[in-house]
Amino acid sequence: MKIEYYIVLSLALFCIGIAGVLTRRNAIIIFMCIELMLNAVNLLLVAFSKMHHVAEGAKNVAMAGIDGQLFVFFIMVVAAAEVSVGLAIIVMMYRNTHSVDVNFLNRLKH
Amino acid sequence: MKNILQLVWMVPVLPLIGFLINGLFRKQLSKPLVSLVGCLSVLSSFVISVLIFLDVKNGHTGVVNYFDFISVGKLHIPFAFQADQLSALWLLVVTGVGFLIHLYSTAYMKDEEPQHYARYFAYLNLFVFSMLLLILGANFVIMFIGWEGVGLCSYLLIGFWFKNNEYGNAAKKAFIMNRIGDLGFLLAIFWMVLKLGTVTYHTGDNTGVFDLVSKLSTFDITGITLLLFVGATGKSAQIPLYTWLPDAMAGPTPVSALIHAATMVTAGIYMIARSNILYTLAPVTQTVVAVIGLATALLAATIALKQNDIKKVLAYSTVSQLGYMFLGLGVGAYTGAVFHVMTHAFFKALLFLGAGSVIHAMHHEQDIRNMGGLKKKLPITHLTFLIGCIAIAGIPPFSGFFSKDEILAAAYANNPIYWYLGVAGALMTAFYMFRLYATTFLGQFRGTEEQKHHLHESPLSMTFPLIVLAILAALAGFVGVPEVLMPNSHALGEFLAPIFADSAKHAHAHHLDHSTEYVLMAVSVIGAAIAIIYAIFRFTRKPDLQEATGFGKVLADKWYVDEFYNGIIVRPLNWLGKFLNTYIEKGLIDWVVNGVGRSVNYLSRQVRLVQSGQVGSYVLLMVLSILVFFVIQFFLKK
Repeated sequence: MKIEYYIVLSLALFCIGIAGVLTRRNAIIIFMCIELMLNAVNLLLVAFSKMHHVAEGAKNVAMAGIDGQLFVFFIMVVAAAEVSVGLAIIVMMYRNTHSVDVNFLNRLKH
Repeated sequence: MKNILQLVWMVPVLPLIGFLINGLFRKQLSKPLVSLVGCLSVLSSFVISVLIFLDVKNGHTGVVNYFDFISVGKLHIPFAFQADQLSALWLLVVTGVGFLIHLYSTAYMKDEEPQHYARYFAYLNLFVFSMLLLILGANFVIMFIGWEGVGLCSYLLIGFWFKNNEYGNAAKKAFIMNRIGDLGFLLAIFWMVLKLGTVTYHTGDNTGVFDLVSKLSTFDITGITLLLFVGATGKSAQIPLYTWLPDAMAGPTPVSALIHAATMVTAGIYMIARSNILYTLAPVTQTVVAVIGLATALLAATIALKQNDIKKVLAYSTVSQLGYMFLGLGVGAYTGAVFHVMTHAFFKALLFLGAGSVIHAMHHEQDIRNMGGLKKKLPITHLTFLIGCIAIAGIPPFSGFFSKDEILAAAYANNPIYWYLGVAGALMTAFYMFRLYATTFLGQFRGTEEQKHHLHESPLSMTFPLIVLAILAALAGFVGVPEVLMPNSHALGEFLAPIFADSAKHAHAHHLDHSTEYVLMAVSVIGAAIAIIYAIFRFTRKPDLQEATGFGKVLADKWYVDEFYNGIIVRPLNWLGKFLNTYIEKGLIDWVVNGVGRSVNYLSRQVRLVQSGQVGSYVLLMVLSILVFFVIQFFLKK
């Protein structure tokens, strides 16, 4: 498949993520949107990795272009860690405000 | 006897120690202890001074180097003391009169609280220390240190009773006017450094200021001497900077006697006598010095005619006598000027201390219109004061006659007009001194009953200095009997000859023949005698109690010189200060500074709105910023 499809798809996912973060107030949905953005990047990384592998593969280099895929694993690990922290925050937030609306969290203003 | 010179450092250091003890422990020491420390330190200085004087008299003069005070490039200013005829004589006067006045002060100031009493003696000792530094310094910089020191002590002592605002103002006036003069002195030192690279008087290898004087152009010498003279007009109260001295009478009376009559105000004369060779080579400056001195002598004498404050009369008389000394310096009669400094120190200190005794007896009454008839109640004060008056009036054989006559004779030889005006001043001196004497001591008592009841002669510690000074005032003249009366008996002239030897070579000697000199003497003595008799007759029975009118009022108001200075200097300065305060300080500088503060305040108020607490808006801002960053990074950056 042509690389453009992947780029357009991941761009679309990323924009959906941004729009979601900007517009939604529900902390969980914002969280999901952030994941969406991360995975859009993952998708792009994998796609480019594959593309480079094909291009380098012609020269018979077995390990060519795999660093992009390695990055994806890093991102997934970090994202998992982040999710655990983030969800913990959301749980605490719910306990404090009985809501997951981020706009209630405005006390730092003062 | 060579070792005595090695002791010269002790002369100023002893009063300094006295100052430190009294100054630092003023709250712990009791009054008798303070008096002991204060008097003893000066007395021991006096003893050493006598030893030095005798040594110098035997011909042992010299410079003692202690350490390098300033050493920059080729300029070396050593901290050195010079013991020679001039400084030895001055040492005697300062420590001798200084000791008597310390002694006198123990009684005069006895009503002060212990702490202030100690403060007084500390200042007095500090003054003696500074004055000795001024005298002993072997270069102009050390002299300048002492010069500033005595100015400071003068300020501190004039404002001794600092709770009185007026006294504080008098102190400030003295200090500021002195600073104007000091600037002249300082500039003269700079000029010397610039042209000669040294400020030392004499050095062994002939590289001192006075050794190199032939290298200076006439312009340089005239400039330096004029600037030095500016310094002298400040310290020695000459026109135009004399107005501080009468106001300085705000200080305690012994201070007036010591600082503002006997010693500090003669510092200017000391400086000029010290640098006599420079002045001899600058005839223009000499004329300026003589004219200013004479003008001051006359102006102050006319003012003194109409003053009613016992200390003010003496203050103007001091200004006037200082004028005579400058006249002497200006006409090249250096010995005469120094002689007059010495005799003046005795009789003026005597008069001031006598006045102090009167004021003490009258419970701080200073207006002579409320006195009168004190002769019987204060016999010792009366007698000594009378001797002082006769001495200052110039009646032989009292000391003032010899010194004043020497100056006037030299003035006549230089220019007869100086003599005519000088004698006119001398007659006024005799007149106002005996007006003071007659109004205070003769006639009827005019004070209150209570004062009359309390009238008493002062204790021994006050009368003893009076008696000693009276003896000196009466007899000191015999060290300088003029040639015409008794050949080869001018002991002072012979003693000081080495100091003025260089000048004597340059000056073409004026010699008056004996008959002229007799006539001059006779005229001034007879004139003074007539003035005295007239004053006594006029003021014994009918003192001028009413306010002066007409021309007398102009004199009583001191020719309005203070008002004139107020008008041309003080008032415009105040106005300028007010203008700068209102428009520049408050209008401009404050506006700018406050404006910066206000604009920061305003901007922060606007920026604060960004911090809304809405997570969404933060994220939006973040995204927008990242977009802007990308735009810059990819499209705008080259």
